[in-house]
Amino acid sequence: MNRGLKAGDWLAILAGMMLVAYLFLTFWGGSKGTSLIIRSGGKIVEETDLTRNRNFEISGPLGTTLITVENHRVRVASDPSPRQYCVKQGWISRAGEAALCLPNQVSVELLGAARHYDSLSY
Amino acid sequence: MTHSVIKLPASQEDHRIARMAAFAIGLSLAEAALPSPLPGIKPGLANIITLLVLQRFGWRAAAWVSLLRVMAGSLLLGTFLTPGFVLSFSGALISLLVLGAACKLPSDTFGPVTHSILAAFAHIAAQLGVVYFWLIPHAGVLYLAPVFAAAALLFGIVNGLIAVRLLDEPRHPPLPIQT
Repeated sequence: MNRGLKAGDWLAILAGMMLVAYLFLTFWGGSKGTSLIIRSGGKIVEETDLTRNRNFEISGPLGTTLITVENHRVRVASDPSPRQYCVKQGWISRAGEAALCLPNQVSVELLGAARHYDSLSY
Repeated sequence: MTHSVIKLPASQEDHRIARMAAFAIGLSLAEAALPSPLPGIKPGLANIITLLVLQRFGWRAAAWVSLLRVMAGSLLLGTFLTPGFVLSFSGALISLLVLGAACKLPSDTFGPVTHSILAAFAHIAAQLGVVYFWLIPHAGVLYLAPVFAAAALLFGIVNGLIAVRLLDEPRHPPLPIQT
């Protein structure tokens, strides 16, 4: 008698996978960012929500960093840093995400409704 | 002078439960020696025994075997009444309740693999509940829930398959019935 995987077992495996995927999305997916903080040289220079499309020009030691807000997401459109990491990072939209332009000392961070825990605040 | 002898007659079933519990305790001890990537992630090999007993001898026997295993296993490992023991015990208890319900599922559609998966999820849910509400009431604990659930699913499937495999071999019973 073969008592291997029965139809219901496959169903249970499928349901289990869906549960695991749901948990990953819920606890790891993060929530949408609702507001942003722009810092220059460690000091907050802008603090606003993401509802309006707009641009910020932040000046740092190397020059001007251009930050664009569009459709509830934000990116560094241009930056004088040599390696362009923060520009290549592209659009960020989740709470807790941040783009850092270190040489120009400009950063933009997204905040959600509830603050997420990371290794620093934990 | 008369010696009063207290004799506790042990039935056939008592012997059987003791034997199964001994197997389960052996597996728990062997497993405790395995390194784990994250505290709390263990294969739970002793649950294979619980599944076998559930399949062969019913829920009552499975409950005995499972709880005896938790008790005796913790005594042997020196974790009796520690938080680790409370975690094991709550996990085993909730698993047993879920297994009791899972037994009612039609057995031609749902086999031990389903039981195993359900029990594994119940186990980890109970443990996370205890950790969250008693030991570390911090949202950071729930951050690990997906990892624990994924491990529960994986080991639930594996343990279930092992149980099916063992149940499938009537000529070489893995748990010889003899007295």
